[in-house]
Amino acid sequence: MIAAIQLNRSELLDAYERMFAIRTFEETMRREFAAGSIPGTVHLYCGEEASAAGICMLLQHGDMIASTHRGHGHCVAKGCDIEGMVKEIMGRRDGLCGGKGGSLHIADLTKGMLGANGIVGAGGPLACGAALTAKLKGTKDVSVAFYGDGGSNQGAILESYNLARLWNLPVIFVVEDNGYAEATPSGWAVSGSQVRRANAFDIPAAEVDGNDFFQVYDTAAEMIERAREGGGPSLLHIKFTRFYGHFEGDAQTYRGKDEVAEARKRDPLDVFRNRVLDAALLERSELEAVEGKIKALLEDAVIAAKNSPFPDEADLLTDVYVEY
Amino acid sequence: MSGITPITMPKWGLTMEEGTVVKWAVKAGDLISQEQELVDIETTKLANVYESPVDGTLRRIVAAEGEVVPVGALIAVVAGNDVADEEIDAFIAESNRDVVRVAAGPVPETIALPGGQVTYLKVGPEDGEPVVFVHGFGADHKGWVLNQSAISESHPTFALDLPGHGASYKRAEDLSASALAEALLSFLNKLDLKNVHLVGHSLGAAVAALAAASSGSNVKTLTLIAPAGLGSKINGPFFDGFIVETRAKKLRPIIEMLVSDPGIISADMVEDVLKFKRLDGAQEALTAVRAANFPGSEQTVSIGPAIEALKIPILVILGAEDKVIPPFQTKELLSANVVEVPGAGHIPHLEKASDVNQRIQAHFGS
Amino acid sequence: MPRKSYRQAINEALRQEMERDPSVILMGEDVSGGTGAPGEQDAWGGPFGVTKGLYTKFGPDRVLDTHIAEVSYIGAAVGAAATGLRPVADLMYVDFIGTCLDQLMNQAAKFRYMFGGKATTPLVVRTSYGVGGNGAAQHSQALYPILTHIPGLKVVLPSSPYEAKGLMIQAIRDNDPVIFFENRALYDTMGEVPDEPYSIPFGQANVLKEGDDVTIVAFGRMVSFALTAAESVQKLGISCTVVDPRTTSPLDVETILETVAETGRLVVVDEATPRCSMATDIVSLVSTNGFATLKAAPKIVSAPHSPVPFSTALEPLYLPSVEKIEAAILAVLDKAPINNAA
Repeated sequence: MIAAIQLNRSELLDAYERMFAIRTFEETMRREFAAGSIPGTVHLYCGEEASAAGICMLLQHGDMIASTHRGHGHCVAKGCDIEGMVKEIMGRRDGLCGGKGGSLHIADLTKGMLGANGIVGAGGPLACGAALTAKLKGTKDVSVAFYGDGGSNQGAILESYNLARLWNLPVIFVVEDNGYAEATPSGWAVSGSQVRRANAFDIPAAEVDGNDFFQVYDTAAEMIERAREGGGPSLLHIKFTRFYGHFEGDAQTYRGKDEVAEARKRDPLDVFRNRVLDAALLERSELEAVEGKIKALLEDAVIAAKNSPFPDEADLLTDVYVEY
Repeated sequence: MSGITPITMPKWGLTMEEGTVVKWAVKAGDLISQEQELVDIETTKLANVYESPVDGTLRRIVAAEGEVVPVGALIAVVAGNDVADEEIDAFIAESNRDVVRVAAGPVPETIALPGGQVTYLKVGPEDGEPVVFVHGFGADHKGWVLNQSAISESHPTFALDLPGHGASYKRAEDLSASALAEALLSFLNKLDLKNVHLVGHSLGAAVAALAAASSGSNVKTLTLIAPAGLGSKINGPFFDGFIVETRAKKLRPIIEMLVSDPGIISADMVEDVLKFKRLDGAQEALTAVRAANFPGSEQTVSIGPAIEALKIPILVILGAEDKVIPPFQTKELLSANVVEVPGAGHIPHLEKASDVNQRIQAHFGS
Repeated sequence: MPRKSYRQAINEALRQEMERDPSVILMGEDVSGGTGAPGEQDAWGGPFGVTKGLYTKFGPDRVLDTHIAEVSYIGAAVGAAATGLRPVADLMYVDFIGTCLDQLMNQAAKFRYMFGGKATTPLVVRTSYGVGGNGAAQHSQALYPILTHIPGLKVVLPSSPYEAKGLMIQAIRDNDPVIFFENRALYDTMGEVPDEPYSIPFGQANVLKEGDDVTIVAFGRMVSFALTAAESVQKLGISCTVVDPRTTSPLDVETILETVAETGRLVVVDEATPRCSMATDIVSLVSTNGFATLKAAPKIVSAPHSPVPFSTALEPLYLPSVEKIEAAILAVLDKAPINNAA
């Protein structure tokens, strides 16, 4: 844990900015969804910020991440354009995906974000593929597969463990265990343990407290380094809570009465703030400056998005193929 | 002479295995002479007329119109009038009409030239003055199918695929006629061919002429069939179409511009051109050859001075109905030894093969 | 031109493209077929010998034997394609598509569209199909209609060795995901195949024979059956046009409509089962776009709506036959059947 404290000032600010940006982004989306500005639905990442931020801070553009249906957090943390994201979620032509993908398929391959995915567990094989490319090209890039406790049971994921170990792929499997697969608690659906499952394939694994940015960052750093140096795959089991429903509109009646209130006592943003302020690593004013900047950024993004055009009929049939 | 001469299905080209008898031009009882047109035959690759190899009386037609007959199998019988019908019956009965297997012919070989690998087909005896066939734009050694076999009976023959064509190397800095002539000279050198008779068609004729001009005394005679380089005009749309079209339906009318009788162009011929154009580098090569020698509708290739300077016997054969290079402009530019073949277009050596073969043979002796 | 088998033609295409482009890799079950085993490393060279010799030439970094877990390795091929490699993955039998359809249908096929044109997925999935060898229900299907249905995928059915090499080279060079269907019964068939690399464009049907009376559209192995039937009915004075679309997606509808406009009659021969098949698709396209050109209702010669049977007594009855095609040609011309054709 000491190592994390050795992040310098600008790195700590970067970390806070990523997490705060995710939180603000998601709260903004929640507000906009409730106001009717967002079609379809959204799956909010609030409460899980430390995972995306802690891991993506260790990645560069050449590193690829395969995300989940709950993908906004990964997208922000990987450095995707926030205004482009808002436009995409609102279905605008200048969105990150031209308005063609929406929240569930938000992506930017130029930033190493291989997409949010509507198919649970599908990212496992995709990340293995990206890792294969890195390995065969000798780039020292790594890939990260994010999936939930629900996704962890998919054949795709278990097959990916075998493949990654056999081919010694530079891939980090990250189980974002927020305790629920939709409305089913992980205790009801996951047999054995995430760590022991990985170990069964001879893949080193660790479980961390997902509310603690520094735990995530430290453990991920070791795994990413191992992968870059040719040591193959690792699994990171992150345990935390999502503050909102599986999707916006989920009444969450399957949760205990005070469950979320309890969880919010260990809000990862609070945990981070307290740690850095107590250790005098950052000033409160610096944190507030970041917050102000991010809030303004999101407000501007929403206004810009609401004023930006929708796709035309001509856009309906573009990009089905490169050439047909 | 009271012998019996079998008339058998001829073999046109390496891969022909059988032919269809389309229409007999003669009937039983007719007196026929050598080279008289006997029967129209169609293969998957081409349709042409088979000429009698002998004089005599056509006593029996054995293969009916519409029948498909293997190469080498009996299609008719020529015999003297003194030969009895029963003898002819017996002869026919004994001839094996179904399973005549003609020996597999020679296969193309490759040779390394400075620019890359060049493919060529060698047919004929080891000794004698070699005859080298040089094809034209977009073609390959197979264009000489009806000529190489005939002439190889008395001469060693070599038909090469020029660079940019056939199965020879496609990528080259320079695909002008002069560059191709240099490649031709390397080819002759590499195979150590001496006292060569060059026979070229269209662009290949220009290439042959330029090669002859710088070969010193190694080329004995030059035959130029529908030559490029002797005038300024050329059928631009033919080359446009040849280069651009990728569907058989659209390419066929372009290929038909090459001949007087479009019936001679088989589906396989069109398909062969399409298959060539699909090869890596082929499309670029065709475009480059065209640009270097006849951009638009103008010929930039010129062999007039080369011809003037040559002291060897030169024969020019033109098809009277040539739609690709107007025959009149060629005739105007030359003084001696120009022959115009009636009823033939730009490829008289295919359309009137027998006639052209005879003339070429005669020319070797001059 | 040298004669090669369909198998050799595909092998040559793979080898030449792998020589030309280092980002082309092969992966699949037993594509080398021996990697890591104590004996020969390239023992199988693919379940049907198509990739023989490639491991020896290119090594384990370019020819990868996988575990039997299609979701992961087909998915890895998708991910690799989206991130800079040009994988040719082998799905041994198309019957196994159930295991990994998500990675093709929801991932590869949709990346370009749902990511707003920002993804390029130059993946080739080779797969084998077709009735024969008593493979029975789970090893004999012809599931190209299912893949054809999915926007974002391209589907190729080479009918001869020449077609196989040119279409495979095109598939590898194509920047979209391509599913390449190899009919197992064609692997040993021979044909003239140039030594040099060449490519055949997608979406261009091949008209193998031209006639005035009936247009026959056929795919894959059925093309040679259609040609045989066409040659046979010529003796009855019937001339047929035979069209091989080469690719079902994209489909050269224009050539099909043109040739039907010339003959007025259509017979479609399809080895796949008949509901929602290529045959029904083509009949529909012709009926809706070329109705006025039709002199008779189109006829379909296909497998029946049933799984493929095992017994030697039953399997031949399942496949469209030359006799059934001849009967369809006569029927569409309103002529009486020959003898006692079923």
